Amino acid sequence: MGAEKKPEKFVVSIGPQHPALKEPGHFEFAVEGEIVTSATARLGFVHRGMEKGTESRTWVQNLYLMERVCGICSAVHAMAYAQGVEKLAKVEVPPRARAIRQLIAELERIHSHLLWLGVAAHEGGFDTLFMLSWRDRETVMDLLEAITGNRVNYSANVLGGVKIDIDEVKSAAILKGMDFLEERTRHYMKVVTEDETFLGRTRKIGTMTLEQALRLGSVGPTGRASGVPYDVRVDAPYAAYQDFPVNIVTDTAGDLEARFVVRIKELYESYRVIRELVDHMPAGELTTRIPRRIQEGEVVSRVEAPRGELFYFLKSNGTDMPERIKVRTPSLCNWGSILATAVGHRLADMPMILAGIDPCFSCNDRMILVKRGNDQTVWTWEDLRRYGIEYYK
Amino acid sequence: MTTPMVGVIEKVKTWARVNSPWVIHFNSGSCNGCDIEILATLTPRYDVERFGIKLQGSPRHADVLICTGPVTLQARDRLVRVYEQMPEPKFVVAVGSCGISSGVFQGCYNVVGNIGDVIPVNVYVPGCPPRPEAIIYGVVQLLKSLQN
Repeated sequence: MGAEKKPEKFVVSIGPQHPALKEPGHFEFAVEGEIVTSATARLGFVHRGMEKGTESRTWVQNLYLMERVCGICSAVHAMAYAQGVEKLAKVEVPPRARAIRQLIAELERIHSHLLWLGVAAHEGGFDTLFMLSWRDRETVMDLLEAITGNRVNYSANVLGGVKIDIDEVKSAAILKGMDFLEERTRHYMKVVTEDETFLGRTRKIGTMTLEQALRLGSVGPTGRASGVPYDVRVDAPYAAYQDFPVNIVTDTAGDLEARFVVRIKELYESYRVIRELVDHMPAGELTTRIPRRIQEGEVVSRVEAPRGELFYFLKSNGTDMPERIKVRTPSLCNWGSILATAVGHRLADMPMILAGIDPCFSCNDRMILVKRGNDQTVWTWEDLRRYGIEYYK
Repeated sequence: MTTPMVGVIEKVKTWARVNSPWVIHFNSGSCNGCDIEILATLTPRYDVERFGIKLQGSPRHADVLICTGPVTLQARDRLVRVYEQMPEPKFVVAVGSCGISSGVFQGCYNVVGNIGDVIPVNVYVPGCPPRPEAIIYGVVQLLKSLQN
């Protein structure tokens, strides 16, 4: 009696099954009244062991496995992997194949950014924008289906080139689709920068300064909205980005509004570069031959996924199967920024801040085991479970 | 209660259930491809809400569980828990090749199997990922089987 009561913190836990995001993730927000005082994320529900899985599949089979690292940005995963394998095998991809790869990657960026625009608006309680942007997104889904035959997981890339071609009819359809989408996107730009109720949810919310962004290693549109001038498409051009360059889009505000603006401006860039690609598509072959066994070596392959820099490390031992594949996806780099910017905001802003980085769980659930001293090297499931419970206690 | 009365009540219940199935979506390890297609079925082009199908946040309010993906070791307990939290009668629709056979993820060390290994499944929708029309067709098949 009379002893000072330790201030209790109230923890709101969300997930792993939750209405806001479509993928499993668990979050714990300690709150004081309405204000969040600390945030923790617990990931790993979608960890499947794909990196290990690649070691028991051939180089060609892995193309289809890597494409399914993430269903939203499947083409860039396949592209990063294929580029790495081609670099290892010292095979030159024909210019037409490289241009088509870029075309598919940019179409995918449009689908991903429109998807994100809708989901982020939904988190902000603006379901009209969600429905409208998804309705318009069907335009680009139809184009992707017409070109590749599938709406998601297009399988456009093969080792040594692409397996689809663009003809007159498809080019005309693409140009028509781009005109429609550009007009719609101008409208969305107006909505997200002028609508008062929506600005109340985005302006000066979740602000990340340039220093914070650099310290936390933010990549992609999340980093660029804070002024990090980094885009793999510009800094280390791959595919046909050398001949069909894009302009880097940055902002200085660093808040949620800036992330909306940066992504929408990137859409304009994508429309522009797709028109150029369609108009000046180089002629030639679609594929080159690639050996079944890839010569020994190590290679790094980087591309700009819709969410940021995607990094692949490939190691070959000269057989038809890789020795090691390491994937670093942009969502993983951006998680830190959420946990840092969440503090001090209201609980109601959390869904928007979470959605602000365009999180994708299926590509970021990893397992890392840090060996300390004389730890045993093999952990059983029970060990891991106990470790997890202790860690998150 | 007399037998004819029970029959009438059951008929009304089935009528209500078929006309407004509330669904819950759980991703137990999918690549996200099926999930965005499920979301697409809710948006204007496909719009399943016109059939009374509504996506629900809580398993306690849901009639139909739509699952995607192979089941990972981490998500298995959650999937079972979500399933058990749903009130009877409950139905499961497994969307995508992974839900049927683990798909490309077969043999990955953290994948314990397909959805049918963990919870009973009523309808399978094949495809990688299935088109929104296929997902709607799958749900319609389920509703048809309820009517009989």
